Amino acid sequence: MATEPTTGVDEGALRTLVPRVLAGLVRRGEDFDAAEDALQEALLDALRVWPEHPPRDPRAWLGAVATRRLVDARRSEAARSRREEGSHREPRPAATEEGDDTLFLLFCCCSPDLPPASQVALALRAVGGLTTREVADAFLVPEATMAQRISRAKRALRGRRLDQPGDLAVVLRVLSLVYTAGHAGRVDLAGEAIRLARQLTLATEEPEARGLLALMLLNHARRAARLDAQGRLVPLDRQDRSRWDTREIAEGVRVLQSALAVQRPGRYQVEAAIAALHDDAASAEETDWPQVLAWYDDLVALSNDPVRQDPAAVLGRAVAVGHALGAAAGLRETDRLREVLGDRHRWHAVRGHLHERDGDLPAAAAAYAEAARRATDVAEREHLVRQAARARAQHRS
Amino acid sequence: MPKYLLLKHYRGGPEQHLPFPPLDQWAPEDVEAHFAFLRHVGELLEASGELVGVQALAPSQTWVRYGGPGAAPVTTDGPLPETNDLVAGWYLVDVESRERALEIAAHISSEPGPGGGPLHEWIDVREVLSHGPAED
Repeated sequence: MATEPTTGVDEGALRTLVPRVLAGLVRRGEDFDAAEDALQEALLDALRVWPEHPPRDPRAWLGAVATRRLVDARRSEAARSRREEGSHREPRPAATEEGDDTLFLLFCCCSPDLPPASQVALALRAVGGLTTREVADAFLVPEATMAQRISRAKRALRGRRLDQPGDLAVVLRVLSLVYTAGHAGRVDLAGEAIRLARQLTLATEEPEARGLLALMLLNHARRAARLDAQGRLVPLDRQDRSRWDTREIAEGVRVLQSALAVQRPGRYQVEAAIAALHDDAASAEETDWPQVLAWYDDLVALSNDPVRQDPAAVLGRAVAVGHALGAAAGLRETDRLREVLGDRHRWHAVRGHLHERDGDLPAAAAAYAEAARRATDVAEREHLVRQAARARAQHRS
Repeated sequence: MPKYLLLKHYRGGPEQHLPFPPLDQWAPEDVEAHFAFLRHVGELLEASGELVGVQALAPSQTWVRYGGPGAAPVTTDGPLPETNDLVAGWYLVDVESRERALEIAAHISSEPGPGGGPLHEWIDVREVLSHGPAED
């Protein structure tokens, strides 16, 4: 990674060992918190020692060094608390159930007792094998802040039994947060999320896990076209589609098809299907909007109160209505949403898009400008200001 | 080296040297030039080793105060006097001297406006207090 010194060690390979070694320690009954600390120290040792003395079995080496660290830590703690009665905890019996290590650790990190930001940070460090510094960089916070967030999260897990099957939905939400969270930092969080999701699909048959992986791949495939050479946001309908990654699209479609074949649809599968339809169109004009709209109908139907629970879906659906049934129909759709979503920048951005399609450039410019005032992302705000200026200029000429 | 906070404002400060309409009402090429210039300033300050941080703020503003024991925080969005300052963003720079901070601020203020000429926007320059007195 960019933030680590060059060591000659294959850090990618090293990092894939992290969840397996850690899972081994935790399964053996070690405390998650202590085991994770010990493994971090072992990793630093590895970066120092391996270039000169490459181990025959890296996984065993890491396990042995981490265990030695754990023993040392326990010894010094025992010395400290020798006179405190009953302070020595019995190691818990190892969980007997053998499952995939990655899945097991993700469930540990995605404990519902932790706030989402901590789940994400812990998953990146314990499962993704990133250093605290790298996680901090990815979220643009100081390293000390991230170190505190991680150690608080681990303290919250202390003494908790970690062999209970967790909620896969939480794990999937955490992975999708990892995917969308960091575009600004130096660490490629999107790539990291895909790597973790891929491991997850090896460990569970749940179609939603494959749906999420497919969704990430199908979005990631457009990454090179999403920004131009000056770093400006390029909307989907103006992207240079020759820059889309066809191999990633093919993999995404394959993964999605295998998920849909199980016939247990969920939101990630539906979102992936929508992404696949966009990826499939050779040009924006060739997008199969009636199909997109049909999937949005499915997506919206997944929530009891979609306008409040899933505003992104209902606004996406309004755009699809505007394309499939005409801009006026799309605008009527947004009118229905105004009361609840009218103070969101995205509602105004959608209105701008639909007014523009409707040929009402002054209304489009006003809506884009209002969206820009409400936007909370720099690149998005600049994009909306540009859209407003462009619509105004087109109207004048 | 002293640190300075160079503040850009949505409103407030001395009377505008040249009045100008909101950004979304400029010609598209002027908008591009403006954004490109500000990106360039960030890159320049990074290259010169003087940039500590740069952030932009959303224009919505909420004032909050302690409401008393057990009470929810008290908030207000206004009304506030029209002259009330509203910060739009800042550069935090670590520079040799106050003169250098003023020079950077003036450069930021030369950002291109409508028609491509300099905007002459007022920049608020504030010295950041250091930690620990200087050795004598």
